[in-house]
Amino acid sequence: MSLYPRKKAILALSDGTVVHGQAIGHDGITGGELCFNTSMTGYQEIFTDPSYYGQLMMMTYPHIGNYGTMPRDDEARKVMVAGVICRAFSHEFSNPMADRSLQEYLEDHEITGISGVDTRMLVRHIREKGVMNAVISSTELDEDKLVQMAKDWDQMEGLELASKVTRSEPQTIHSDGPYKVAAFDYGIKQNIINNLNSRGCTLRIFPAKGDYLDEIKDWNPDGFFFSNGPGDPNATSEYALDVVKYAKETQKPLFGICLGHQLMALADGIPVKKMYVGHRGANQPVKNLLTGKVEITTQNHGFAVDEDALDESKVEITHINLNDQTIEGLRFKSFPGFSVQYHPEASPGPHDSSYLFDQFLDMIKEHKGVEA
Amino acid sequence: MPRRDDIHKILIIGSGPIVIGQAAEFDYSGSQACRSLKEEGYEVVLINSNPATIMTDPLMADAIYLKPLTTDSIKEIVAKEKPDAVLPTMGGQTGLNLTGELQKENFWKENDIHVIGVNIDAVEITEDRQKFRDLMDEIDIPQCRSKVADSLLEAKEITEQLGGLPIVIRPSFTMGGDGGGIVWNEDEFERKVLRGLELSPVHQVLIEESIFGWKEYELELLRDPNDTVVIVCTVENIDPMGVHTGDSVTVAPSQTLTDKQFQMLRDAAIKMMNSIGEFAGGCNVQFAVEPGSDRFVAIEINPRVSRSSALASKATGYPIAKIATKLAVGYNLDELPNPITGVSSACFEPSIDYVIVKAPRFNFDKFPGVDEELTTQMKAVGEVMSIGRNFPEALNKAWQSLEVGRAGLGADGYEEIDRKTVRERLLKPYWDRLLNVRHAFKLGASVEEIADITQVDPWFLQQIRYMVSLENRTEGQSLDSISKDDLYELKQAGFSDTQIAWMLSQSDGPVDEYAVRAKRKELGLKPVFKIVDTCAAEFPAETPYYYSAYEGENESEVSDNKKVLILGSGPNRIGQGIEFDYTCVHAVKAAQEMGYEAIMVNCNPETVSTDFDIADKLYFEPVYWERVLDIIEYEKPEGVILQVGGQTALKLGKRFVEEGIHIFGTPFEKINFAEDRGAFSKFLEKLEIPFPQYGTARSVEGSLEVANEIGYPVLIRPSYVLGGQGMRIAIKESELQRYTETILKTHPENDFLIDSYLEHAIELDVDSVYDGEQLHISGIMQHIEPAGVHSGDSTAVIPTYSLSDEVLDKVKEYQEKIASEMGIVGFLNVQYAVKDEKVYVLEANPRSTRTIPFLAKATQRPEAAIAVKVMLGAKLKDFPKEDLTSKLKNWAIKEPVFPFKKFPEVKKELGPEMKSTGETIYFAENFNDEHFKKPYEFKSLYLSK
Repeated sequence: MSLYPRKKAILALSDGTVVHGQAIGHDGITGGELCFNTSMTGYQEIFTDPSYYGQLMMMTYPHIGNYGTMPRDDEARKVMVAGVICRAFSHEFSNPMADRSLQEYLEDHEITGISGVDTRMLVRHIREKGVMNAVISSTELDEDKLVQMAKDWDQMEGLELASKVTRSEPQTIHSDGPYKVAAFDYGIKQNIINNLNSRGCTLRIFPAKGDYLDEIKDWNPDGFFFSNGPGDPNATSEYALDVVKYAKETQKPLFGICLGHQLMALADGIPVKKMYVGHRGANQPVKNLLTGKVEITTQNHGFAVDEDALDESKVEITHINLNDQTIEGLRFKSFPGFSVQYHPEASPGPHDSSYLFDQFLDMIKEHKGVEA
Repeated sequence: MPRRDDIHKILIIGSGPIVIGQAAEFDYSGSQACRSLKEEGYEVVLINSNPATIMTDPLMADAIYLKPLTTDSIKEIVAKEKPDAVLPTMGGQTGLNLTGELQKENFWKENDIHVIGVNIDAVEITEDRQKFRDLMDEIDIPQCRSKVADSLLEAKEITEQLGGLPIVIRPSFTMGGDGGGIVWNEDEFERKVLRGLELSPVHQVLIEESIFGWKEYELELLRDPNDTVVIVCTVENIDPMGVHTGDSVTVAPSQTLTDKQFQMLRDAAIKMMNSIGEFAGGCNVQFAVEPGSDRFVAIEINPRVSRSSALASKATGYPIAKIATKLAVGYNLDELPNPITGVSSACFEPSIDYVIVKAPRFNFDKFPGVDEELTTQMKAVGEVMSIGRNFPEALNKAWQSLEVGRAGLGADGYEEIDRKTVRERLLKPYWDRLLNVRHAFKLGASVEEIADITQVDPWFLQQIRYMVSLENRTEGQSLDSISKDDLYELKQAGFSDTQIAWMLSQSDGPVDEYAVRAKRKELGLKPVFKIVDTCAAEFPAETPYYYSAYEGENESEVSDNKKVLILGSGPNRIGQGIEFDYTCVHAVKAAQEMGYEAIMVNCNPETVSTDFDIADKLYFEPVYWERVLDIIEYEKPEGVILQVGGQTALKLGKRFVEEGIHIFGTPFEKINFAEDRGAFSKFLEKLEIPFPQYGTARSVEGSLEVANEIGYPVLIRPSYVLGGQGMRIAIKESELQRYTETILKTHPENDFLIDSYLEHAIELDVDSVYDGEQLHISGIMQHIEPAGVHSGDSTAVIPTYSLSDEVLDKVKEYQEKIASEMGIVGFLNVQYAVKDEKVYVLEANPRSTRTIPFLAKATQRPEAAIAVKVMLGAKLKDFPKEDLTSKLKNWAIKEPVFPFKKFPEVKKELGPEMKSTGETIYFAENFNDEHFKKPYEFKSLYLSK
């Protein structure tokens, strides 16, 4: 008898690669784009990050689940990833503040996963072959069938996913402060809400889809925030650009993160393209070209602003990624707005970039004519 | 900011001799710093008194001063070299202290020298508890809660407010913390508080909450001139607060912190580093975290590279010292590439996809009577690091690396475990705590019970319990019945074939490790080798830095080149330390020059030979038979070099012979033969070379019989040990009986040797190289202390100072005779005793010795490389004459350094068992020099009879 359950599970990639391991979480079959994250802490935040909606999340750090789970580490009300892959799952945990083990948590959220696989081999595989879809199964164990399923799984490119994770109704989150920010929820992380809220912003959070223009005008916000979110930004832009364009016209401060950044770029006529592998982790170096300082950032994106198509008369590049020189931040010239590709709200990850929220607040204050 | 061009010549201060707490890791960082500065085109001036260092090799710096580490030496060097900057952060506390002293004298400013890599004025803040506390308060970093009491009653109330005992009391304004300490129980409370109140001139004591048992963390940081800070590595101590981090088993990365908790520490660490003045370089910050809460306190900050940063470098692949040096000369992090990947930036935080375990190595056996309890004062003499794809694998590998006779964490039939001993050993922190945790689980203890006693975080205990569950499952099975999946799970958990063999022997007949090996190979279970790349495979890396694991993909590509495998010497310990790392590095370089691909295997993070760009391929693995054989079977080298890895490598020799693996240099039978006293004595007899009378025995009666025959005093020791372990001089029967009984207990497997002890004889240590035709004498060293004091503990002088030409001729004659008759190819060390003009051979060692680096420095010849090249086929006659000619003027003295300060309960006493941790080199012009006169005066004082 082993101390921990060793039920078989299979991970099958669309290119025919198959690996065997042990089932974790909920028994079943799941699929999606296979991506990896190099953060060594913060699995719960990652699994609940709406930007990861529909993806199979492979953690490169081997031991996952060590400190269980607890409500304060949720970035959304449910688990967003479609499946979990790791090397050495912790069935037991150590953390008096936790309320459940990760196993119980995944079961409660009906998330299927696999442990005991050579994650490093798979990372190298994706790095060389590019991202692809995969299927995890602990019920169907026929390799050929699973590979076929992976092949048939919807491609991320062209996929519109923000509407699947957004709120269904507008919601107001009050604060003691005097500022009002209209936030668009394409999959907004809890810690973005916390960051704005704790800086004195009352938030009115709007669903990704739907016509709220009149309501927004009535509410008369001091600034606009465009959130992170999953899926192909080009697909989301089909319905989301109107509100971005409206916000631009108000000449009030705009701030966008991740998908929000891409939507702001698209609204300014800058194309967004799919990356070969993408950036996912909590150790990405970003240089702030305005100050020369470098921040270690949390990132999670598979699409990026196309630097070749950039018109520098319309935007200024404010941040770049030091590893591959891709664009990480923009300041727009036709309206008071800026956006970043990475995640200043961290969670998980370093807090080096939280100054961006202050910067947004400063713009709002300036715009309102309040002394900063 | 790019490279500073207002400075051209930089002085680096080394850390000096190896002492407990300041060891070979500073050679590793110092060497990196030298190379890093030379790469940038700076002129490098170096001072270090430790001859056994790579950093003091000719290629490392433009001017090297092997001088005592004193402010006078530095002033002398500055006057001569006129450097315009000094980098003190590579030389441990020694480097910082010297720089600080000179700063107080305003020396640097007066000489227009920039202190780089640290803000020397701020160092004081980090070392003065009160100043540190004040600074932390100022920048809002949490500290231990505390309050001042003026009376016993007040002290009681404060203790209540702080949550009760234990508490720490610190009397105000007493010298050296007099009267302070921890109070564990009610009984001592009153007494200690009253004493503190009395001792304090203002009759006040500070009552501070105790953080014993809290979780301990270390963060390694780099800061650039632009104040960008990155955290290179986070280390979690398994042993909670109360055990010095150097004595703790530690793990990287942190395992039990949530991201929110970790980010709190990260934020605080950055704030702390930015608070200690303007500078660019590396630093280490330590925190304690209260179990089960978000509360943490800052413990200390060290603005220099350290043992921890060396470990962090090996753990992540990120070369901290190298990068810290570049920052110190002006670069910003974003201007530097990550040297591991070459494609990504050095400005990032490494992500690792494996688990690192560091385990300390102790040498309590050398110091009878020493208090073995681990405390806040460091006692370890070395350490091992292991890499696994999970914690159990890394932990088992660590125990295979330690060379304490274990095949992993238990399960190797080493001892019978009994409940009482296990419980006693767990009540206090000892070096074998995790082994006893394993035993406790074996006896059915629960995670809660053990966590309650030890305060070790339950996550680690759960992991060990899982390991024991695998043991228990396996014990019911046989070699035939065990399934592939079960065996695979065991191998993935790092269990050795020997451990598995022992488990399978429990319910079935005896099984040996080779049977398990054969079985697993039949099932296709072989390790693969993964790359350490700083980035969890996110970017391609070319670094040939590998570790083994049992899983899918093998990343190590075997080349078509002819290859040689060089075995390192494992953890540093007394008698086997940095000198072997020095020789390993030279062996690598020599092998490469001879056209070989050099493959290094070692598990000691405090070494230069395990730097990722020394060997062509580095396997960071235990120097443990199964692991080494796995590598050999995969790489298929032409042969192995054992003679540079101390006893660690040599003791595997027999196994290589059995497997038909070629050993370069002197045939192994001959190496073995030198250890076989009977055969070796017969051999000397045949050559008509005198040796002290001796006998061998296996029992008390036997040894008394031998002693009666040869007459007292006698020298007794177990065979096959290094550093004179267990060696004693007995002047009478009762003493001999006692010593023999001890050896029977400590070395039950070994024969022991009883030699006639030559009183008041002069001892000589002679290193040489023989190529089958010609002998090259590396040096004849005369010991100041008489024969009987271990050669490692003696003050050795080269050339000899009181010997007749006849004696020297005899020595040379014997050395050559032994070399040619034994069939030596490569190193040969022989120790002699000279009494009444007669020369006796004490022992011969056909391998590299501790004295090789000292001789290389004294004579300025590449002694290690000469020997290794000869082993690989070169002939002495083909070497440039220059290489074989000594450049020594006057005398060079090797002075030992001892750890007695760390073990106040042990009395200082020198004898045949080695006790020194390191040595310095000193060049003397005449015998009026203190460095000669002092040891000469005291030469006979310590000899223990």
